[in-house]
Amino acid sequence: MYIIVVGGGKVGYYLTKTLLADEHEVLLIEIDPEKVEAYSERLGAIVLQGDGAEASVLAYAGAARADVVVAVTGEDEDNLVICQMAKQKFHVGRTIARVNNPKNEHLFRVLGIDVTVSQTNYIQNLIGQAIPERSFIHLLNLRHADLVIVEATITERSPVAYVAIEDIVLPVECAIAAIARGNELMVPAPDTVIEPGDELIAITHHKQEDELRELLVAE
Amino acid sequence: MNVVVMGCGRVGARVASLLDHNGHRVTVIDLHSSSFRRLPDDFGGDTVIGTGIDEDVLRIANIDTADTFIALSENDNRNIMAAQVARAIFQVPYVMIRIYDPVREDTYRRLGYATICPTTTISSLIIDEVMAAHDSASASQES
Repeated sequence: MYIIVVGGGKVGYYLTKTLLADEHEVLLIEIDPEKVEAYSERLGAIVLQGDGAEASVLAYAGAARADVVVAVTGEDEDNLVICQMAKQKFHVGRTIARVNNPKNEHLFRVLGIDVTVSQTNYIQNLIGQAIPERSFIHLLNLRHADLVIVEATITERSPVAYVAIEDIVLPVECAIAAIARGNELMVPAPDTVIEPGDELIAITHHKQEDELRELLVAE
Repeated sequence: MNVVVMGCGRVGARVASLLDHNGHRVTVIDLHSSSFRRLPDDFGGDTVIGTGIDEDVLRIANIDTADTFIALSENDNRNIMAAQVARAIFQVPYVMIRIYDPVREDTYRRLGYATICPTTTISSLIIDEVMAAHDSASASQES
């Protein structure tokens, strides 16, 4: 495939390197002459100095025969126009735009960009997976026994709100180790009643983590 | 008319104040509050600090009720993107874009936007003036 990458920041540079390693034909367009010189030394004669939104630059780069144009500059307006020029003037089949402001992802699709990549959204999703609910936080893996320490914030709607510790049926291999209430940290007694606003510190086998989350904070 | 003008440079400020004097409701958007100093003291419209490519900023600028959006920032691509937000997201009926690059201007005119390209417009004015001066000079030499 012939792929044109526009924007020689870190994303564009490493993307170009990766695509080259995958044996694609790649051209990197970058506006800053100093970067172009440095990249040319490292990557060879596949770096073109110019503004990727200029039709003359895209024409010189051979956009008309490109399979894909990827716009990964730091400015969303530039990435949008680069992709639209590639489509309108050179009929490039597939355009991919990096979206810096996640709010623009929807807009870019409406405006005809084939694929959008939002680092912000991607990282947010990864964080979302690590912390499925803010009310239930995975604090620590204990190295030796597949045990984890979690923190659960109790709300009015938590299934265990206003329930005494002795009445909670915990999954196997789970224990509520401590309750932070206000400025106090206490070790719960069997008759301690859990209140909204409490932060429970619990120890659980990692296999029971999801079950414990359901029990303590499920909506 | 309800008009939103993006960019309060020399042209943006002049367009905004002329429309305001003609009795239209005008809101001007610019990245820098200092740009609003270009507006005359008796300017009766609103000013909003921010970028016109941001939907939230456009909403604050009353884009929902605007029937005209004019993109006059110094940056072609920003003008083009803001115009598309105004049309695709907010359904503004008339959208005008200033684009310095003649090729980009041609592209977006074909996509149905009202565009103006200072580069081609001013170039032809200059050529016309120069040719007219040259012609009258050579005419007076001949006589």
